[in-house]
Amino acid sequence: MSPLSPPEPALKRFVSNLRAAPRRMRESALRTGRPSTDRSRSSFVFGNVFLHLHPVRTHRWSLRWSTTWGLGIAALAAFGVTLVTGVLLMFYYKPHPAAAYDSIKDIVYVVPTGRFIRNIHRWAANLMVVVVLLHMARVFYTAAYRAPREFNWLAGMGLLVLTLGLSFTGYLLPWDQLAYWAITIGANIAQSPREVTDALGITGAFDPGGLQKLLLLGSDTVGEEALIRFYLLHVMILPLALALILAVHFWRIRKDGGLVRPGDADRRLPPTGAADYPVFTEAPQKTYQLAALVRGRSAAVGRGPENTVPSMPHLFYAELAVTLLTVALCVGLALLSDAPLKELANPAVPENPAKAPWYFLGLQELVSYSAFMGGIGIPAIVLVGLALIPFLDRESEGTGEWFGGRGGRRVVVQATFVGLGAALLVEAFAIRFGWLREWVPAVPQLAITVFNPGTVLAAIYALYSVWLVRRYDSTRTGALGLFTCFLCGFVLLTVVGTHFRGPNWHFFWSPADWPVH
Amino acid sequence: MSEPAPSSPSRLDPEPIARRDLLGLASLWSAGATLLFALVGMARLPKAAVVSSPSRKYRVTLPESLAPGSAFVPPGRSVALFRDGEGVFAISTVCTHLGCIVKHGPGGFECPCHGSRFDAGGKVEKGPAPSPLVWHKVSADGDGWIVDEGTSVPAGTKVAS
Repeated sequence: MSPLSPPEPALKRFVSNLRAAPRRMRESALRTGRPSTDRSRSSFVFGNVFLHLHPVRTHRWSLRWSTTWGLGIAALAAFGVTLVTGVLLMFYYKPHPAAAYDSIKDIVYVVPTGRFIRNIHRWAANLMVVVVLLHMARVFYTAAYRAPREFNWLAGMGLLVLTLGLSFTGYLLPWDQLAYWAITIGANIAQSPREVTDALGITGAFDPGGLQKLLLLGSDTVGEEALIRFYLLHVMILPLALALILAVHFWRIRKDGGLVRPGDADRRLPPTGAADYPVFTEAPQKTYQLAALVRGRSAAVGRGPENTVPSMPHLFYAELAVTLLTVALCVGLALLSDAPLKELANPAVPENPAKAPWYFLGLQELVSYSAFMGGIGIPAIVLVGLALIPFLDRESEGTGEWFGGRGGRRVVVQATFVGLGAALLVEAFAIRFGWLREWVPAVPQLAITVFNPGTVLAAIYALYSVWLVRRYDSTRTGALGLFTCFLCGFVLLTVVGTHFRGPNWHFFWSPADWPVH
Repeated sequence: MSEPAPSSPSRLDPEPIARRDLLGLASLWSAGATLLFALVGMARLPKAAVVSSPSRKYRVTLPESLAPGSAFVPPGRSVALFRDGEGVFAISTVCTHLGCIVKHGPGGFECPCHGSRFDAGGKVEKGPAPSPLVWHKVSADGDGWIVDEGTSVPAGTKVAS
């Protein structure tokens, strides 16, 4: 406004500002105007705090279904569903042994939509475990953990552990028989290093097992202290930790160069029309860039980055589709099947059989041979092994290819047979003939801890993968074999624990054969 | 710089440790030490100093009809009491594997969780349990018995009635 022209009356200015307020609010929220063109949409993604975890442009290889099957986004969506439904359940849930079971019953039978919300929560949690495992398998089989993505593989392992931890802590909260005995078993697994320290006679001086159990339960039995601790872990500590690592995980995807793709991905993609491939050469805005920090060789002038499309809408539609599919799956399953609620917890009479959630039943099968090896020893070996993968496999061939090409696929098929076969043989042997204790009752416990079906199976897998490394002269081949074997062993043991174990953990061909008691 | 030597360094030469570096490092280490100390303090909190658990020493009256070889389990307790010709004894029913409650039957105890089996004296016969069932201390108290779950006794210790 020029100083010479007479100012408008203040009241008039006030009215016109008031009328413009909604428009200005909208503009101030959006910063770069309505995202209606390719250029403004790109600016929108770039300037929005939630969207800017995405790149402005996405490589077309990343958008193929077979690159990821959308598993990462599905895991995130399932986590989101558990967050929302979990907060809703917290309106009514009371974390005290005297009230917990009744409050869950209220949620199921009295609270409007309570049963439905609880079912969704339970199914989303189960789905999250499945999808996180599948996501990990995808990353492994496409060798996406290789440099520079090693750290993100470790972050992903942290997320896997937290996902399982969230499931386990949530398991106690209903305070029914299932919960009480699963957590009693879990807490005693935490205490199981005593199996070794007792055998060595040093428990009095060095008792990590007892300390773990005490920290977990806040007492020596599962009671009110344990319930409030599990509640705190479940609704506060673990979700916060998960969200924190999740942020790092997403950030690193971008900073490590986006999703992995084969070196010749650009040649293998079909050509695109100009409409799918907009570039903004008019009115350049950039006058300076962090040339010393940004990856890539040089600025591309007058053309867009090769084979990329704007993330908005192409990537966002894909993510939205996966999210909707995940939510639909959770809701559908919740309509079909109710989350279980057994009788009120009874510390005097265990469930028979007392089964952990299905994804821990493979471990429970191992635990039924040795508490320490099955519950702590072998899981620790597996976790350390997984963490080392990106640092041992420094090859580059086949990165971004499923199974690293044709040869890899053959190894994976072979390893599937070896993995399933070995687990089946060891299990069948142990079920049919028993183990050391039945043959030599006086056998020292340490011998069983070191030599039991679980360790035998792990040793077979390790030897097989060493043979693969030598046979094909490739670390990657060995890793493919080992990972596949452990995956198969996990699946087979889980099936045995879920379907073929009945009262007193005896073997039954079918749950229909269980004795009535 | 107590004695100025003939070849004394110029004031423009850098000091061995720059004053600013010293202060910076000192503050950095103090911050680190403070954080560590605070973390140790916070980590101490969740380890309970007093564990609340029900009294583990209690009085029971054995039923007259208790026959040798059959067990009497006081209501709400995880212990099985026996009486035979040599006396009375108490065997814990908490499985030494993962803490489930074993069930007494003919010939011994069986664990519902992972299939451990113990003989009538609590010795492991089968399954993953690493050690035998614990024998608890029993003492006569008038016409009843005091069971002390906090004290274990060697297997085979029976108290004559």
